[in-house]
This record gives sequence, structure tokens and C-alpha cells, in this order.
Amino acid sequence: MRQTRRDFLKTITRGAVVSALPLGAFKFLSPKEARAAVESTNVRWGFLVDTYKCVGCGFCVKACKLENEVPYDAPVTRTWVERYVILKNGKMLADTPMGGRDGFTEQKVQEQDVPPKDIAKAFFVPKLCNQCENPPCVQVCPVGATYQRADGVVLVDRSWCIGCGYCIMACPYGVRFFHPVYRTAEKCTFCIHRLVKGMNTACVDACPFGARKVGNLKDPNDPVTKVVLNERVAVLKPEYGTKPQAFYIGLDENVR
Amino acid sequence: MIEGYVHGIEWTIKELFVYPNEFIYWSIQIVMYPYMTGLVAGAFVLSSLYHVFGQEDLKDLAKFALVFSFALLIVAPMPLMFHLQQPQRGVQVFFTPHFTSAISAFGIVFFTYSIIVATEIWFVYRKYFVEQALALKGKEGLGNTVMRLIYTTLTLGSYDISEEALHKDEKAIKILAGIGIPVACFLHGYAGFIFGSVKANALWMTPLMPVIFIMSAIVSGIALCMLTYIVIMEWKKFRIKTSKRPWEVTAEEVAGVELNLMRKTSKYLLGFMVAAITLELLDIVFRGYTAVKSWDILRTIIYGKDFFNIFILQYTFGNLLPFLMLLMPRPTVRRLVVALSLVLFGVFMMRWNVVIGGQAFSLTFAGYMHYKLPFWPHNIETYKEGFWGAFTIGVMPFVLFWGINKIVPSLKYK
Ligand code: SF4
Ligand code: SF4
Repeated sequence: MRQTRRDFLKTITRGAVVSALPLGAFKFLSPKEARAAVESTNVRWGFLVDTYKCVGCGFCVKACKLENEVPYDAPVTRTWVERYVILKNGKMLADTPMGGRDGFTEQKVQEQDVPPKDIAKAFFVPKLCNQCENPPCVQVCPVGATYQRADGVVLVDRSWCIGCGYCIMACPYGVRFFHPVYRTAEKCTFCIHRLVKGMNTACVDACPFGARKVGNLKDPNDPVTKVVLNERVAVLKPEYGTKPQAFYIGLDENVR
Repeated sequence: MIEGYVHGIEWTIKELFVYPNEFIYWSIQIVMYPYMTGLVAGAFVLSSLYHVFGQEDLKDLAKFALVFSFALLIVAPMPLMFHLQQPQRGVQVFFTPHFTSAISAFGIVFFTYSIIVATEIWFVYRKYFVEQALALKGKEGLGNTVMRLIYTTLTLGSYDISEEALHKDEKAIKILAGIGIPVACFLHGYAGFIFGSVKANALWMTPLMPVIFIMSAIVSGIALCMLTYIVIMEWKKFRIKTSKRPWEVTAEEVAGVELNLMRKTSKYLLGFMVAAITLELLDIVFRGYTAVKSWDILRTIIYGKDFFNIFILQYTFGNLLPFLMLLMPRPTVRRLVVALSLVLFGVFMMRWNVVIGGQAFSLTFAGYMHYKLPFWPHNIETYKEGFWGAFTIGVMPFVLFWGINKIVPSLKYK
């Protein structure tokens, strides 16, 4: 087999990067930087939530639980929907019973009766993992069981997680929990098993109102990318420096 | 019926708006973990005050503190094992340490430290090992044979106890104790870093955390050594008084030595207490003054929900009261015992208020979580992360010390 110069250079670079890896760990080289040298990809998964379109039906939560085998009646969930009720006096009430799985049929919010005339505005906000560009959950895992793929999706290796819960404490969005059956850290994966087959995430498919969209942020023609680039969107808790990649249309300042 | 087991559901009570996945994931064992490593660090620093800085007044306590810190050290990783959801995988921290994580350093720091302490103990007791091994030679009986075997092994084949060799030992001890201090502080400071670096947690995130942890660690370590020492000396006095055999010392002599030593040690204790309290208060004042976004909810925790835990139990009973008791002239054994127990309790409450208090409010800043410590266990989880699990961890060092002390008598003083 003839080796082209290009192949040769590639091997050399790879070798150099691999041998530099342990050193890289000490230099706080982010896994991303190390990887970028070896492989590059033209996919970066991102998410778009249109809060104006969400009616709080909870179909996404149901679909997610069934698709990803999170015990249906456990209060923990990979994605959830929050209801916010802002009163005319400025007070904020919010809840998410069972993660909004069964919709919001109860009039009471936070066990309070709220007369409709007192309400200034009310809305629903779906939540899921932000697949942060700078994920603190990956940073703190002592054994490297939680990691970020080249396409940005953060995953947990169930066969390697020791169940310390450090990542759960480190995520500012309360996305993570212990899987009731596997007893390891669990989180939203953007249904990566579906994405790689060219499908949508289960929640996107389940939403009858198109409030959720998933897309490739590196593709300028992707509908999600177009909205993120051209319209006014916001992310959750940017102050933590996590660089979330789930974008929200119509995010209210009251949203936590 | 929920399939599987939702971790935290049994001891978390949610209030107002809390995210669905939030529970008290870090419970009593994570309170015990920094508490135990703190005791290790403190006991070691106490012993080093004599070995490195030549504080002659601490000579007798130093030997004891060293061996005791070894017993504590063995127990230090146990709370973590009780806490892990997959304890059988705990060793993976050594196989695939992920160095951006504060916990990953645990393996390395812990082992380095264990080796230092073990080696130091070996040098301190080498002469004794050799003497025992020689004395037991040729003696009959199973017990003697076993003991001889143990001591012969412990000498590691080095039987030279000439003046010169012993002098070299002294030097080695000094160096080891010297290296040991920063490592001990690191062992514990980084336990503080584990919390202080969690940016998602408004109560934990402060660069002061490691320093606060080290100071309170030394306080608790010294207090525990003093307390254990007193208890052992009281037992000795009791035995001298009740037995018919003649002893080489009288009860009055023991009492004299004991009180004198305690008076001196409490000076060091007071110094470290002042440092610890100053830092902790600085932290609270600074948070209140800068009043960033999280302060609204933190204030309701510090001055509201946790007021009793923080200001009454931790600061008043755990700091102020014992501080005054230790300052009072003419200490008595009884007063010392009460004061030292309170100090230990105060440091425990400080750990509790950090670990549990840090999870008392939701990431939404609009809700609370209340922790209900499981008492009577009804499954393995409520044992491991309940009162009796913590109790198991708490008594373990004493059991170990009792065993180790049979071979390495740290309480004989000349
Ligand atoms: S949202 Fe949380 S779990 Fe998801 S990547 Fe960001 S920090 Fe990690
Ligand atoms: S719980 Fe598992 S994934 Fe999370 S930090 Fe610990 S070992 Fe890593």
C-alpha cells in the first residue's frame, strides 16, 4: 500500500495528539480542543423552543419517557414543561407537576387558587438538556463517564458511571438525575440514537404544535440555524458561562 | 408503583417551585466525608506541630495524634463508598482519573498522604518494633508467636538501632512531617474545592471554601485528639485507682500531665478557631454586601430556614460557648470535655450547613428542599444515607485505633 504524503501527515498529527493527551489533561485542555485536532465534524446539534407555541399538553414528556425508558411514574424526567403564572402585582407562581407529563389540568398553581382577573400573563416553558458548549457536568465527572461528542451532545456512559452525583450538582439547569433502574447519572440525549438515523427527537415528533425543533447549527440552511441567526432568541441562565445550545423564542425574564 | 428507586425521594421534601429532577442528592455521607478528612488533616497538623516546629509541649500528644490520624485516614474514603450509587466501581477513579474533576485527585492525594503517614509512623516506632521483635524471640505460646511475626515483619529487616541510625530516623520523621503538612492541607483543602468550585450552587461557590475547610478541619482534628486523649487518660486514672497492682505512675501524676498538656494544646485550638470563624463570617458579610442575584434566596436560608442550625447550633453552641469555656482560667477535665465536644459538634454543624444548606434551596431560586434524615432504615439506601450509616462511619476510627494501638502503642509516654 502506498502512503500518500497526506496520509503520512495525518498519522503523524494523530500520533502527536494522542501522545500529548495526558499532558493536555494537566493543561486543562478542553476535551473539545484535543478532539478538534483529530477529527472535525460538520454537525453541531442544537435545539429551538418556541414558547409562544407551547400549550403545556405534556405530549413531549410522555413521548420522552416511553422512548428513553425512564420509569413512567417516577417523578424524574429527561424533559419537562413548566407553567408560569405572573400576577398583576408582579408575583410569580410556577409549577411542574410530574414534569408536566399529564398536562396542566389543575387550576391551582403552587397549591394556590388564582382568580383569572389577577393574572397578568401566563405561559409554558419546555426544558431539556442544553447540550452546553462548555458543559460543567462533563468537567466535574471524576472518571470521565460523562462526555461530549464531537457533534456537541453530552452523554453518560452507564457502564462507567460510579454514581457520585457530582455532575448532577454541577448542572445549573437541574437536568440530571439518577436513573431509577440503572442507578447511574441520566440526562436528555437529544435522542441521539434517532438523530444519527436522520430522525427527529421523540419530543419534537410528539409536539402537535411545533414548539420544539432540533437542528444542525453548523448548517446555515437548517431551519433551526436560520431562526437562531436571524431572529431574537435567548438561552437559559447565560451567567453560568455554560454556553447553552438550546435556544428559546419568547423567553420571559421570570423563567428560571 | 414506581419502577426502580428514585434516589433522594425518601428524604427530600419540596416546597414551592422546584425542578422535577432536584432532590437532596448529596446527603449525610457527604457531610461525613469532609468531616472525616478534616479530622485526619487536623490530627496530622497537631502531630507535626511537635515534629516540625519543635513545640516540645505537644510531645506526648503528637505521637498519639499521628497514630490516630492514621486510623481516621483509613476511614476517610468510606463515606464516599457509602454514598456512591455504584460503589463497586469506586476504584475506577484510580483507573481513569478525569483530571478536570476535583474528585479525581482524591485517589492520588489520598495515597500520597497514606504513604507519608505510614512511613512516618514506621520511623517513629522502628526502635520499638525492633525491641519487641528481639524480646519476643524464643518465647512460647501462640499469642507471642503471632506478635513476634507481626513485629518482625514491621521491622522490614532493618535492625540497626544504634544512636546514629536513630538520629537518621529523627531526621526522616522531621522531613516527612514537613511534607505531610501541605499534603494534609491539600487533602482537605481540595475537599473544600469540591464544593467551592460548583458554580451551579450559589451557597458553595466561593474561593474561600478551601481555606475555610482547612481551618475548621484543624480545629476539629485538634479537638478530637484532645478529647480522645482525655478519655483515655481518665480510663487510665480509673484503672490505677481501682487496681491492686502497683503502677509506675500515680493517678495524681497522670492528672497533672494530662491537664498541663491540655492547657497548652487548647491555646493552639483557640488560635485556629479564631481563624476559622473570621473566614466564615467574612464569607457571610461579603455575600450580604455584594448581594448578587442569589442573595435573595440565600438570605431566606441563612437568616430564615437555617437560622437555628447556623446561628444557634453552629455559631453559639459550636463556637462561642466552647470558645469562652476554653478561655476561662483554671481548666477542669469536665469543662474541657464539654467544650471540646461542643467544638466537634460545631464543626459538624458547619459541614452540615454547607452540604445540606447548599441544597436547601432550588436551582430555580424560587423553591426549597427540606432534608429529613432517615433514622430507622427500611432498606439499604436509608441505612447507608441515614443516621446509622453515619454512626457506623463515626465509630469506625475508634475501633481501628484500638486495634492499631495494640501493635503501635501511641499512649506510652516517658
Ligand atoms: S444542561 Fe446541564 S446536563 Fe446538559 S450539558 Fe449543560 S450542564 Fe450538562
Ligand atoms: S454521577 Fe456518574 S456521570 Fe455523574 S459525575 Fe459521577 S461518575 Fe460522572
